[in-house]
Amino acid sequence: MSGQEALPGAARRRGLIDLAERFALIASLLAMVVVFSLLRPETFFTWSNLSTILGSQAVLVVVTLGLIIPLTANDFDVSIAYVLTLSAMLVAVLNGQLGWPVWLAALAAIGMGLLVGALNAFFITVFRIHSLIVTLGTGTFLHGVTLWISDSMTISGISDGLMNAVIVRRLFGVPLEFYYALLLCAGVWYVFEYTALGRRMLFVGRGREVARLSGIDTDRIRRGCLITSSLFGAVAGILYAGTQGAADPVSGAAYLLPAFAAGFLGSTSIRPGRFNPWGAMLAVYFLVVGITGLVFLGVSSFVQDMFYGGALVLAVTLSQLVRGREEQQF
Amino acid sequence: MTDLALEITGLSKTFGGQRALRAVDFAVRAGEVHGLLGQNGSGKSTLIKVLAGFHKPDPGARLRIFGTEVALPVPPGGFRRHGLSFVHQNLGLVPALTVLENLLITRLATVDRWRIDWAAEARAARAVFARYGLDIDPTARLARLSSVERALVAIVRAVEEAAGSGAGRGVLILDEPTPFLPRRDVDRLFALVRQVAAAGAAVGFVSHDIDEVLEITDRATVLRDGQVAGTLETARSSREAVVRMIVGRSLAAPVARPPPPPGAPRVQVQALAGGQVAALSLDVRPGEVLGLTGLLGSGYEQVPYLLYGALPARAGVLSLAGRRLDLARQTPAAALRAGLVLIPGDRPVAGGVGALPVVDNVTLPALATRFRAWALHQPALLAAAGELGARFGVVPNRPTLLLSALSGGNQQKVILAKWLQMAPVLVLLDEPTQGVDVGARQTVFRAIREAAEHGACVLCASSDAEQLAEICDRVLVLARGRISAEIVPPALGKQAIIEACYGMAA
Repeated sequence: MSGQEALPGAARRRGLIDLAERFALIASLLAMVVVFSLLRPETFFTWSNLSTILGSQAVLVVVTLGLIIPLTANDFDVSIAYVLTLSAMLVAVLNGQLGWPVWLAALAAIGMGLLVGALNAFFITVFRIHSLIVTLGTGTFLHGVTLWISDSMTISGISDGLMNAVIVRRLFGVPLEFYYALLLCAGVWYVFEYTALGRRMLFVGRGREVARLSGIDTDRIRRGCLITSSLFGAVAGILYAGTQGAADPVSGAAYLLPAFAAGFLGSTSIRPGRFNPWGAMLAVYFLVVGITGLVFLGVSSFVQDMFYGGALVLAVTLSQLVRGREEQQF
Repeated sequence: MTDLALEITGLSKTFGGQRALRAVDFAVRAGEVHGLLGQNGSGKSTLIKVLAGFHKPDPGARLRIFGTEVALPVPPGGFRRHGLSFVHQNLGLVPALTVLENLLITRLATVDRWRIDWAAEARAARAVFARYGLDIDPTARLARLSSVERALVAIVRAVEEAAGSGAGRGVLILDEPTPFLPRRDVDRLFALVRQVAAAGAAVGFVSHDIDEVLEITDRATVLRDGQVAGTLETARSSREAVVRMIVGRSLAAPVARPPPPPGAPRVQVQALAGGQVAALSLDVRPGEVLGLTGLLGSGYEQVPYLLYGALPARAGVLSLAGRRLDLARQTPAAALRAGLVLIPGDRPVAGGVGALPVVDNVTLPALATRFRAWALHQPALLAAAGELGARFGVVPNRPTLLLSALSGGNQQKVILAKWLQMAPVLVLLDEPTQGVDVGARQTVFRAIREAAEHGACVLCASSDAEQLAEICDRVLVLARGRISAEIVPPALGKQAIIEACYGMAA
């Protein structure tokens, strides 16, 4: 009889620590909003500013959600940001330049996303190459394709229909794209928490041999995760095109690092120790409120890179601590 | 006694109250090949690990190398300074590097060198190989060498390191270097060992293989239950005498157990081949616990994995409950559907995920069958896990705890619960009580017997003869991938199993 029940006092203390850990991020987010609102009540704490923050970050939320799906299965998808750029560019070229109906252009972008995901999955699971290497390669390749089809220029002329559906129309003053991201988040959460598939992904990520011996087709799960992440990248691209009304061939790549930072930071909260969608979404807004607030206080916008970069390293460190300092597997 | 190269006296080692070694004396002369024999758990590896500085011995032990007193414990890696070197079973070579880089690895790792003259080093290596009559190209990548050539490289490296430092011609300890080598390669290896000893080095040869020890060594020391059972001149000893010394005189009678229910076999394996296993056929009756054992390299421990599709099999047919499965195309998923479960020996890697809660670990294989796969209800999962925990005596039975928070024995109970809840037709076990504390062993045994009493066929691979004697109705002994003996009651007992492993008629 080695393991005794913990003492009630210790158990309660442990419970409080757990609770603090789970809600630390949301509390810091609220604290930051309060502080910035007190410092800049006329500019920061306005509904238009807050709703802009909520709406404008929907693209980043979708990229982050896409990223944490293969991360749960212990695969990296760094091509997701380039899928985003190419997807937005496809919509701009097909709809804006060639005059395809916008739904068909969006469908083409989605098809491209699925194809890239399948290609990533093929190289990773068939040739057993590390996902980081494969997706770094395909991502850079896609960047080339984007420059090629756009002639390295920003392309506009996307039909109003898309912009209406994404950013112009609002619900409770917040652009619709925020709700799209919210829906995806809820979907990912349901799969992660309430389905056998979600559990299998978790076991493939945390103990691949255990998963294999438990009868799970680990390659199929990994392929599914990689294809889904590229699909999310393509959806993010369509939202991006709708937000901007145009597509430029470079700025999508800037989403990659913030998405990683938010994914890892999110894994320290809500469901500590696991990549989880609500934590990821919270982390996106935590980071962006921090940056926006600092800019409102007069700090130059270079703070953005410092903030995201610092947050990534800090978040990975924190998530390592949350996982009990066990060796991470990559 | 000045010709003693290595001399240990009064060596004891206690692990948390358990005596692994008790007042062991062990001495190897210069120019001698000295065997160290004993079954699993007899203390062989503890002794080696004390020499390597991995374990700290209990106070009172003395170690002398070429007459020089060496302070114990030896600091890790400190054995090198005294002319001691080891070749372990895994050889400690890097296949992706060249032979030469492998030869120099210790020096490169411990000495700062800024001008390596590769041409001169290669010449020196060629000269060394020539001295031992070996035709090995130092510039070849190690991966291109055959397995015996790699073993030879490892031995040459160890000998050169041992001779280059300390007094005399060094002391070389070979720790189970042969189990995966074919016979003709063993001869090449032995030729080198003899040459090394003839040049004046002292060689300690740790092995489980009595024939090899009789062939290569001058003297041998036998360990049993952490004590020296005796030291003998191998030229004047019979095989039987050695086996008797290894096994000892056990007075415990074989365990009496009601025979398993008679009946036709429910599980049949025909001509299974794969890994070390060659053409193995066996059958298991419902309610029977069949043990599989053998010496290192006999392949017995691979059988559960081959049957389950966890290791690829070359050929074989598994018939169970009227179905025939081609083992060459077996996958874990198909095995699971057919009613097989595997409880692997390597629990942290293959059994369960320590970083995830007990509830997730235990419900994983049943998610699609016992629960609604697309609408999991956490309270239902927790209730099922709690009920399983109670049935298998998991302490503490709190399914939300991480698996790693439990003791080894309780983790194993969770893994047993995970698989036995599937009501399997055939239960495959590999070392079911590895890393399990004494108290939990009985619970594990009871769970296995209970599964059998409910009609499952159980196949248990283990190197622990005592455990096999306790839980099995019948034991098959493998040698070189084939069945070499079958032990059935009333002969079934620890001693009979060990003797059969060493090739003596039961």
